[in-house]
Amino acid sequence: MKFRGKIVDVACLNHFTRVITTVSRLTKTCVLRLTPDNLLFVLSGKVADGGVSMWCELSQANFFDEYQMEGVSSEDNEICLEVTPENLSRALKTVQNAKAVKVKLTKKHCPCLTIAAELPTLSSVSRVVTHDVPVDVIPRRLWHEFKEPSMPDFDVSVYLPPLKTMKNVVDRMKNLSNFLVMEANLSGEMNLKIETDLVSVTTHFKDLGNPPLRALEALVLDLVCLSSSSSLASTDLPPLPPGDDASQDGGPSQSRDPEAMAQARVDIRKLQQFLMGQQVNPSKAMCNIVHERVVHLILLHEDVSLQYFIPAVA
Amino acid sequence: CVCVCVYRPVLAKAIHSLSRIGDELYVEPQEDGLALRSVNSSRSAYACFLFAPLFFSRYTVPRGHTFRCKMAIKSVQAVFRSLASLEKTVEKCHIELDEQKNRLTFTLHCKHGLLKTHNLSFQDSESLQAVFDKDSYANVFRSNPRLLVDTVVLFPPSLEEVTVSVNDERMWVRNHVEEEDQSKAMLTELCLAADEFDHFAVQTHNSVTFCLKELRGLLVFAESVGLPISMYFDEPGSPVVLSVTDSVLEGNFVLATLSDDPNNRKNNSRRAHTPPPPPDDFMNDDIDAYLIAMDTSIAPGPSATGPPTTALAASTCSKQPAAANHRTRLHSEEEEEEAGGRGNG
Repeated sequence: MKFRGKIVDVACLNHFTRVITTVSRLTKTCVLRLTPDNLLFVLSGKVADGGVSMWCELSQANFFDEYQMEGVSSEDNEICLEVTPENLSRALKTVQNAKAVKVKLTKKHCPCLTIAAELPTLSSVSRVVTHDVPVDVIPRRLWHEFKEPSMPDFDVSVYLPPLKTMKNVVDRMKNLSNFLVMEANLSGEMNLKIETDLVSVTTHFKDLGNPPLRALEALVLDLVCLSSSSSLASTDLPPLPPGDDASQDGGPSQSRDPEAMAQARVDIRKLQQFLMGQQVNPSKAMCNIVHERVVHLILLHEDVSLQYFIPAVA
Repeated sequence: CVCVCVYRPVLAKAIHSLSRIGDELYVEPQEDGLALRSVNSSRSAYACFLFAPLFFSRYTVPRGHTFRCKMAIKSVQAVFRSLASLEKTVEKCHIELDEQKNRLTFTLHCKHGLLKTHNLSFQDSESLQAVFDKDSYANVFRSNPRLLVDTVVLFPPSLEEVTVSVNDERMWVRNHVEEEDQSKAMLTELCLAADEFDHFAVQTHNSVTFCLKELRGLLVFAESVGLPISMYFDEPGSPVVLSVTDSVLEGNFVLATLSDDPNNRKNNSRRAHTPPPPPDDFMNDDIDAYLIAMDTSIAPGPSATGPPTTALAASTCSKQPAAANHRTRLHSEEEEEEAGGRGNG
């Protein structure tokens, strides 16, 4: 099992650091899957987390100048590690002005992801800083737990309002209630509601727009054209919703009343955590709601996609 | 005692950096200058700023009479609270110690004839003087404070301890992790080349581990006044001393070091070769391992009035109390015998 990557471009390093920092704000630990083409940060919903799941995918070619890996075996050419993204984020933040940053899988006192960088100095010799971030190797038999989540058979898909605005609203609502209802319809309307014995507050968003049917695939295709990497195969796209052919024609059924709201009641802190973590405005931000089941948030940046699933509570 | 000076920000900055060490400020007007000192509660960090008489436009000390006092450092900080506005408005600073009334008066002469007078009460105190001889230490370095600031910034602000290792051409700084925490802890290490320093003289390839927290006060001070920092260290167990000097001011920060660093032995292949640990093994109890010998004779008896550098090298207090007491008693006895003189070399 080997992994060695090198980042030399300062913008790539900066972007990479920001992605990891965003992930670190969403979860304390997660799984990092290294494949020949991608890095994936995965949090698979467990009861302990209140069932939140996260899937963050980066195309390695957009960040790394050099990238070599050898997975567990030739059939399973992948490395699966449990990491604490905050440590990675901290380490990367200290080397933003480096000439080059190497990330390697090493065995020190335990398996580590080592981040090594040469920092510029006035003298003839560079300063070398190394950060050894301990990781746990995840055995192959557990890999099935970290597969890409399938797209839920959503009832409504809507573009999100500006994340900053949403965050402001949710921050204030958090003071009043622990649970928030997110609802949206196919007419581009979304409401965020809280209701307690004393007070109920609703914030209405209009004219948000709904992603076209077969939403996600279409959008990712848009982005593929924008990004410099032109060799993405269809296998690189997130899977279409499973389910029967009727819904394959376009997630929500054609006959759904455009005014009808699909809603889900979620733990407000989970939503707040998601909104707090975002550092950069995404190119596309949307939300799929499965009525009373799950809220599926999707953020697409130029070279990173982030999906976050918040289960509904009764 | 009376001191008057044209107000210089370095006075306030020194006080602020002492506040990072301990809660109390020890003030001792000496013939060779005004000494301001502080020590932390576990006695593992000590700092002293000596302002020479030339720093002041007038410096009067009652002859042949030693006087020391201590007060809450927060009260003194309150006098020099806002550095930026002080610089703009204060022209002169008048410090007066009134022994009869147990009062220390700071009078700030500000623009437009404004006088701000602060009366602080103090307590008598024992002498506070760390015993160390930095000139006898094997390893000496000097650098621009920026180098150390850039080093420290690589570590998380909460980091407690660092280990510094040297060989003839390199210095490694890494975070120190207790054995129990090793499996999960992130390890950070920086390697600095000798030519990044203004002065880099190594006689023994050593590693010392000390607390980073108290050092940060000195780094902020040195960077803001633009003075180079000199670092002296010796065997593990001997304190590490960091100094800043200019013609009228000398600041010394003395930090205790772990007397036995298990990391040294484990990482020998990566690091400079380190000498075997000293015969007494202080590993088991970290608090003890961190203590440095403090000279604590009861005031107002005769004290070593000479500058600290001429005193004996420091040693750690051991788990074997007899040995420790023997050492500390030794210093005190010597003092009683030689009134106001120096200890044995």
